[in-house]
Amino acid sequence: MMASSYNAKEEDGHHSGSSTHGGTGAPKNKKPDNTAFKQQRLPAWQPILTAGTVLPAFFVIGLIFIPIGIGLYVTSNNIKEYEVDYTGVEPNSPCYDCANSFTWNSTTPCVCTVNFTLTQPFESNVYMYYGLSNFYQNHRRYVKSRDDSQLNGVQSSLTNPSKECKPYLTNPETKLPIAPCGAIANSLFNDTLELYYSQPDGNTSKVTLVKRGIAWYTDKNVKFRNPGNDKDNLTERFKGTAKPVNWLKPVYELDPSDPENNGFINEDFIVWMRTAALPTFRKLYRIIQKKPDSTPTLASGKYVLKITYNYPVRSFDGRKRMILSTISWMGGKNPFLGIAYITVGSICFFLGVVLLIIHQKYDTRSNSADIPN
Amino acid sequence: MTVLTDIPEKWLPVVLPIKKKKKAGFGGGKSKKKRTEEERRVKANDREHNEKFQYANNCIVTSKYNILTFLPVNLFEQFQEVANTYFLFLLILQLIPQISSLSWFTTIVPLALVLSITAVKDATDDYFRHKSDNQVNNRQSQVLIRGSLQNEKWMNVKVGDIIKLENNQFVAADLLLLSSTEPHGLCYIETAELDGETNMKVRQSVSVTAELGDPNNLASFDGEVVCEPPNNKLDRFCGTLYWREKKYPLTNQNMLLRGCVLRNTEACYGLVIFAGPDTKLMQNSGRTKFKRTSIDRLMNTLVLWIFGFLVCMGVILAVGNAVWEREVGSLFQSYLPWDPPVDNFMFSAFLSFWSYIIILNTVVPISLYVSVEVIRLGHSYFINWDRQMFCSRCNTAAESRTTTLNEELGQVEYIFSDKTGTLTQNIMTFNKCSINGQTYGEVTDPLGKQPKRLDFTPFNPLANPDFCFYDEKLLESVKVGDLHTHEFFRLLSLCHTVMSEEKSEGELVYKAQSPDEGALVTAARNFGFVFRSRTPGTITTTEMGRTVTYSLLAILDFNNIRKRMSVIVRNPEGRICLYCKGADTVLLERLHPCNQELMSITSDHLNEYGADGLRTLALAYRELSEDEWEAWSESHRCADKATDCREDRLAAAYDKIEQDMKLLGATAIEDKLQEGVPETIALLSLANIKIWVLTGDKQETAVNIGYSCKMLTDDMTEVFIIGGHTVQSVRQELRSARERMMELSRGKTEGMEAWAEACFMGNGMKDGQEGDCTTGRGSKQLHCSSLPPSASGDMDSISGEFALIISGHSLAHALEADMEAEFVSTACACKAVICCRVTPLQKAQVVELIKKHKKAVTLAIGDGANDVSMIKSAHIGVGISGQEGIQAVLASDYSFAQFRFLQRLLLVHGRWSYLRMCRFLCYFFYKNFAFTMVHFWFGFFCGFSAQDVPDHRSLEYPKLYEPGQLNLLFNKKEFFICITQGIYTSVVLFFVPYAVLSDATQSNGVPLADYQTFAVTTATALVIVVSVQIALDTGFWTVFNHMFVWGSVGSYFTIMFALHSQTLFRIFPNQFRFIGSAQNTLLQPVVWLTIALATAVCVVPVLAFRFLKLDLKPQLSDTVRHTQLVRQKRRKPGGRSIGGAWRGTGSVSEGRLGARGGSRRSGYAFSHQEGFGELITSGKNMRLSSLALANFASKHSSSWIETLRRKKTNHTPPSTSGECSPAPSNVSGTCPALSNSSSVLGGSQETPIEEETDAAVVLSSSSHPAASEPAEPRAPAQVAPADSSTSAAARTDSPGGWARSLETVQEALFGRRGCASASNTQVPPCDATETPPH
Repeated sequence: MMASSYNAKEEDGHHSGSSTHGGTGAPKNKKPDNTAFKQQRLPAWQPILTAGTVLPAFFVIGLIFIPIGIGLYVTSNNIKEYEVDYTGVEPNSPCYDCANSFTWNSTTPCVCTVNFTLTQPFESNVYMYYGLSNFYQNHRRYVKSRDDSQLNGVQSSLTNPSKECKPYLTNPETKLPIAPCGAIANSLFNDTLELYYSQPDGNTSKVTLVKRGIAWYTDKNVKFRNPGNDKDNLTERFKGTAKPVNWLKPVYELDPSDPENNGFINEDFIVWMRTAALPTFRKLYRIIQKKPDSTPTLASGKYVLKITYNYPVRSFDGRKRMILSTISWMGGKNPFLGIAYITVGSICFFLGVVLLIIHQKYDTRSNSADIPN
Repeated sequence: MTVLTDIPEKWLPVVLPIKKKKKAGFGGGKSKKKRTEEERRVKANDREHNEKFQYANNCIVTSKYNILTFLPVNLFEQFQEVANTYFLFLLILQLIPQISSLSWFTTIVPLALVLSITAVKDATDDYFRHKSDNQVNNRQSQVLIRGSLQNEKWMNVKVGDIIKLENNQFVAADLLLLSSTEPHGLCYIETAELDGETNMKVRQSVSVTAELGDPNNLASFDGEVVCEPPNNKLDRFCGTLYWREKKYPLTNQNMLLRGCVLRNTEACYGLVIFAGPDTKLMQNSGRTKFKRTSIDRLMNTLVLWIFGFLVCMGVILAVGNAVWEREVGSLFQSYLPWDPPVDNFMFSAFLSFWSYIIILNTVVPISLYVSVEVIRLGHSYFINWDRQMFCSRCNTAAESRTTTLNEELGQVEYIFSDKTGTLTQNIMTFNKCSINGQTYGEVTDPLGKQPKRLDFTPFNPLANPDFCFYDEKLLESVKVGDLHTHEFFRLLSLCHTVMSEEKSEGELVYKAQSPDEGALVTAARNFGFVFRSRTPGTITTTEMGRTVTYSLLAILDFNNIRKRMSVIVRNPEGRICLYCKGADTVLLERLHPCNQELMSITSDHLNEYGADGLRTLALAYRELSEDEWEAWSESHRCADKATDCREDRLAAAYDKIEQDMKLLGATAIEDKLQEGVPETIALLSLANIKIWVLTGDKQETAVNIGYSCKMLTDDMTEVFIIGGHTVQSVRQELRSARERMMELSRGKTEGMEAWAEACFMGNGMKDGQEGDCTTGRGSKQLHCSSLPPSASGDMDSISGEFALIISGHSLAHALEADMEAEFVSTACACKAVICCRVTPLQKAQVVELIKKHKKAVTLAIGDGANDVSMIKSAHIGVGISGQEGIQAVLASDYSFAQFRFLQRLLLVHGRWSYLRMCRFLCYFFYKNFAFTMVHFWFGFFCGFSAQDVPDHRSLEYPKLYEPGQLNLLFNKKEFFICITQGIYTSVVLFFVPYAVLSDATQSNGVPLADYQTFAVTTATALVIVVSVQIALDTGFWTVFNHMFVWGSVGSYFTIMFALHSQTLFRIFPNQFRFIGSAQNTLLQPVVWLTIALATAVCVVPVLAFRFLKLDLKPQLSDTVRHTQLVRQKRRKPGGRSIGGAWRGTGSVSEGRLGARGGSRRSGYAFSHQEGFGELITSGKNMRLSSLALANFASKHSSSWIETLRRKKTNHTPPSTSGECSPAPSNVSGTCPALSNSSSVLGGSQETPIEEETDAAVVLSSSSHPAASEPAEPRAPAQVAPADSSTSAAARTDSPGGWARSLETVQEALFGRRGCASASNTQVPPCDATETPPH
C-alpha cells in the first residue's frame, strides 16, 4: 500500500499541467523539458533472449550455414591446383646445385629445370604463383622499411628517402640514395620462371605467360608512379640514385621491353611490395590466358619449368614453390572455408537441439509470470 | 534584517586539505602554534597584545590554488592518477625511435585533452571557491576600534576585537557575549547552521559585562579571557574572564558561535575569541577527500592488473623475439639486417619488449577513462533533466553537482539522513483535535473531494492567514458557543510559554520556544482565542472579540519527568483555574474518576492520532477554589524556598495540585514530514538499504519521526535504546542488545513455539527491568511482534527486525576506538538506527565508521550546515536544497528539493548508471582485449546505453537494486569473463581469417593473404563482431541505440574508405599507405564469408551461454522483463501504460490510515525545553517597559539562570526518567475498555467477523503489557494483526490485474510475513504465551 501509493508519474502529470500553461508568473521555470530523451523514456524495443527467439536463431544459422558450406566445399574441390617445390634442398632435386652454389656477387645466373606432369587439364585462366615459406615479410622492421612517397614518384623522396629505409637508405660506397629504398624492395624476388609444355609428339612449346594484370589496380595506377616527367627517358628520371644492394640491375631495367611495366610500376615489383601477412605466402607471378578455342588452357601432360635461380632462401630455411591454379568465383582452392561452414552450421543445429531439450526440461520461468520479490 | 538575504553563501569550506596560503611565516607559525597551543589568552581591545600569539585571523581560505600555483599543483595532482602517469610514461617511450611503433601524437593528443579538460574543471571549481571565500571574507561587521564603531571586513576582524552584531546578522566569529540591548545581557540566537535546530536559544553575558552596555564603556573594557584552545565541541566552552582583579567563569552559555544568527535582539556586543579556521564551525567541517567510486577503484586495480598482463605479454613476446632473432632473424639478415645499434638478439629482444608495450597499450586505453567520464557526464545530465525529481513548489530541479559518482548511486547500502528539514519540513501544524469526545480534523471524504480550507477572516480579524484547517464543524462549534470547545481553546491560549510581539494593531508575531507550542497557540488564535500579550503576572487575550486579562498566578513548568505543564490563572471574574496540557500517558491518570467515559473515547482518538504519526497532547483543566489555591500556594512557596531537594519538592507540590482534573480533549500536531517520506523509506529498505537517522534533535522527537516515517514500525521485533553515560554502561547495553538479537533469531529458527517463547521471555525481561528503577538504562524491549516473520524471508545470521536508538553522549563512547567494532556489529544488525543529539562531527564519524568497518557504499543526505561534514565524508553526499540555506547543497554531490526524490535517484538513476557503467566496462574490456590481441582497430566506438527495465519497474521491484550493492555486475570475476571472452574473440578473429586467407585468392587470382587485406578483413570482422555483441548486450533498443550501433558500423566503413582513398594517399603517401585496400578487400565474397564465419563462431557460444543462464538461473531483472513481456502480450487490448493501473491504487493518506493501530506517541514533551516558565514569571525576558508595569518581584530572580543551567547539565535522558516515574500498573486494570476498544478500532471494518474477534482477543491480551507501562512514551499499543487485516483489505481494493505485484510490495512492507491471510492462522500460538505475567 505504502510503496504503491506514491506515484511520481501522477505527480508529474499534475505539475506539467500547470507549467505548460505559462508557468504562472515564475520568472524562469527551471523545470526540465519533457522530452522523451531527457526523461529517458524513448520508445524502445526490448529484445529478450527467450526460447522463442534464441532456439529458432540457432536452427536458422545452422540451416543457412550448412548449404553454404557444402557449396563452398564443392566449388573448392573443383578448383585445380598444382604445386612444385624447386628450392633444391634434397641432393637429387634439379636445383640443388644452384641453391648451393649461390653467391651474391655471381654475375652469371644459374638455371635449372624441373619436370612435372599435370594429370588433369586446367580449364579457363590459369594463374601462376611463386610461393615462399619462412619468409618474414610481416616483420615489423621489414614492413616499415619502405618509402611510399618515393614509390609514388615524389622527387624529393627519390633523392632523399625516408629514414625508415635504413639500412638500405644509401649505397654504402657511392653514398647515393637507393631507389627503391628499404628492405622490402631490396629483397625483391628475382627468380625467373618459364613454363614449357612437352607435347605428346616430343616438341616443347613455350607457354605464354602474361605479366600484366597481376597487381591491384590502385597499386598500379595510383600508389606506384615513376618519378619525373613522363617524356624523359626512364634512366634519366632515376639519375642520381643507386640500385638496391641485392639487385642485379637497376629499377629502370626491370622490364625494358615495356615502358608501362618498368621502374616503380613494374608489376612484379608492385606485387612484391604488397607485403604478405604470414611467413608462408604466395604471390601471383603470371597469368596463362584461356585459349580462344575450346582446348584447355593447360592440357594434361608433361611440363618443364625453367628457373633462373637468383633468389637464395637456404640461409633461413626458406622454401620456394611454383603453383599453378585455376580460379572460381570465390577465388582459389580453399577447402577450409567450406569445412568450417559445415562444421559451424552443424554445431549450431546441434546446440539448438540441446538447448531445446534443456529448455523443456529445466525451464524455470515460462510456466508462471510470478516475480519473486 | 536585510542581512538575511546574505544567506546563500558558503560557510563551510568545500575542500580543506588546504595547501595553506603560503604567506611567509604565517602558515608555518600557525601550524607550529597549533601543536603547542594549550590555552588561549585574549585581551579585549588590545591588538598588540593579542598579536603576540599569532592567532589565526578571521579570513577563511577554502580554495586550493592561486594563479601561480595552479599549474604545478594541479599537474602534480593529476599525475597522481595512475592512468595519467602511465600515459606520460608511454609518451616518453614513444619518443625513442628504436622503440616507437606508433607515432607519438597518438598518445599525446588524448593525454593533453584529458589533462586540460580536468584542469579547466578544477580551475572553474576553484574560481567559485575563491569567489565565495571572498564574499564571506568581505562581509561587513562593526568593530569597536579605539572607542568608535568602524565597519571592517570579516577577514580583518582579529582575535580580541569587540564587534557589534545586529538583529538577524550572522555571527562573524566565535564571540564571548559581553552585553546586549536586551535586559540582563540576554540575547537569542538561532543555531540552525550549526546543529540544525531551528528553535531559538538564549545566551547571556556575564553579569559584570552586561552592565557595560554602550560602546563607550566597552571601549575601555580590558578584561582578559583565558580559555581552552580551539576545538570542535559545539556544546562546550570553558574559560575564565579576568577583569578588575576578579575571575569570572565562562561557559558555553556565554558564547555566540560563528554560523549562528542573532534573533529577537536589537544588537549585542561580543569579544572575538576564536576567528576564522579556529572557530567551532570551521573546526567541525570535516576534511574533504576526493571521492572515488568503488568502480573507479576497481578499475584502477584492473588497469594495474592489465598492466601486469601487458608486461607479461611484453616479456613473452620479447622472449619470443629473442628466440626468433637468434634462430631465424640472424639467418634472415640478408634480407632484413638488424638495426645499427642492435648487435645481438638480446638487445633486440629488449627493444622489442618496449615496442610491444607501446603497441599493446591499447589494452589500457586512455579512452577508457575519457569514455567513463563521458558516460558519467551523460548520466548526470539525465539526473538534471529528470522531471520526476523536479520540485515545482520551489522550482528546483535535481542537480548532480559531481559527475563522477553516478554509478555508485546504484550500490548504496547505507543512508545517513538528517531529520529536520530532510525527513520533516520542520513545520508543525495543528491537524486534529478531540474535544469532549468529538473528533475534529481532516475529514476523509470517501469521494476524494478536496476539503475546503476554512476561512477565518470574516469571523476573526486577528486570525493568522497561514493557518490551515479543513473541518468546519469545529468552527461551527466555536461559533455556537460550545462551552467545552471554548474552554479548550482558552486553555491553548493561556497554557504556554510563548511570547508575543504586536508590531501593529492586530499583527501578531508569536515567538515560540518549540514549534508545536507555536502551532497550538496559533490554532487558538484562529478559533477566536487570541493570545495578545503577557507580563510576568498577566496574560491578555482576545476571546471571541472581547479582550480579557487573566492574572497569571503560577506556571507549573514543563520538564522531562513531568511531561506536562500547567498554568494557574485567575480570570477577571475572580475564578481560579488550572489549565494543564501534557503527554496523555501522564495526564490521563490525573483525571477525575468521573471522566472515565470521556477518557476512553479520547483515548481512542489519541490512538488514532498516534497511529497517523501525529504528536498528541491531552488537555485538562481544574477549577480551584480560593482556599485550595491559598493552601497550595503556600506549600508551593515553601517548596520553592527549600534549599535542599528544591526540585523534588516543587515537583511534589505541582503533582499535588494537578489532580482530579477534567479532561477537555486532545490535540494532534503534525510534524510535517516531507512528501512521500515513509514510502521512500519503505521502498529503500525493501531495496535492502539501511537507513540511519542522525539528528541533533532530542531522542523523543527523533523516535517519533522514526515511527511516523515508518522507519520504526510496530512490528519490529525489538527496539534497543542506548543511553548510557559511561563507557561501561554503553558497552554493556550494546552487548546485551546483541545478545537479545542472537537469542531472538535463534528462537525464530527453531520455529513457532520457540518464537512465541522468545516473545514471552522478552516480556518477562521487560517487566523485570521496569521494576528496576535504579539501573534501568538497559536496553528495553518495547515490543515483541506477535507474528514471526515468514520463514521464507531471507535472513542474515541475525534475523528479525531490530532498531537501535543511541544518544549523542553514548555515541561518543561508542565511537571510541575499542568500542567501534562492538557498536558497528550491533548497529548493523538492526534495520533502523537512530542517533540523536549528535554533533556535526559525530555525524561524520559515524559515516566514517561504517565506511571503515563495513566497506559499504554510504550516502548522506541533509540540508543544513550541520550536515556538511557528514555529506562530505560519505561516499555520496546529497543536499536538500531550499530549506536551511545552501551550505549542504554546496558541499554535496547531488542536490534536490525533497527527500522522496532519493528513491528515484537511487533506484532508477543509480541503478541505471551502475548497469550502464558495468555493461560499458565489461564491453570495453572485452572490446579492448579482442582488439588489442589482434592489434588492429581503426574506428572509434562509443556511445550506447544499457537500459534494461523501465523506471517505474525499478521502483516497483526494489530488489532489483541489490545486484549493485553486492557489486554483482562488475567485479573481478565478471572482468575475467569479459577478458576471456575478449581473448576468445581475438583468437577467432585472428585464426579464422588466417585459416581462410592464407591460401585464398581474389576472384582475379591475386592472393588475399597480403598484410593489408588481412588487416582490413580482421578489422571489419572485429567491428561486426563487437557490434553484434553490443546488440546482444543492449536490452533497450531506442532510436539512439540504433543510431549509434548502426552509425558506428557505418562510420567505420566510411572512415575506412576515407582512409583508404586516393585523395588522402596523394597528400600523405607515407601515412596512408592502405590505399585501395578497402575496395579491393571488401569486394571479395570470400572476405564476407570469412567475416560471417568469424562472427558466428564468436557469437554463437555467447548466445548459447546467455540463453542457458537466463533459462536456468534467471536474475530478477530478467524475470521482470520477461513478465512484463508476457503481460504486455496478455493485456494488449486497451492496456495503457503501466502507470495507469499503478495510479489507482491509493494515496498517501490511505496508506496512513491503513497503518492505523500503531503506538500512541505524545508529542508535547519532545520539542520543549524547560525553564521558560521561570523566565517568564521572573520577568527577565520582558522589556523594561513591560517590566515596569508589573514590578512583580522576581522570586528567584537571582537563581533562575543558575537553575536553568543546573537543570541543563543534569539533563537526564527522558527514557530513564520515564521508567522512574511511578508506573501504576493498575491503569491497565482499571481501563480494560481502552485496549479493547482500540483493538476493535484497529481491526479494519471490512474484516470478516471471526477474524475480527480473533484479532480482538489477541489485541486485548497483547496490549496489556503496553498499557502496563504508561510512563513509556512509545509504549506500543500493539495492533499488529490490524496491519495484516488492513493489508488484506487493501488487497481486495487494489485493481485486479495489478493486485499481485502490489501485494508483494505490501507484504514485504509489512514485515515480509509471507501471505497476509496466512497471518491470522499464525496468531494463536502467540496469543497463548503472550499474556503478560501479571
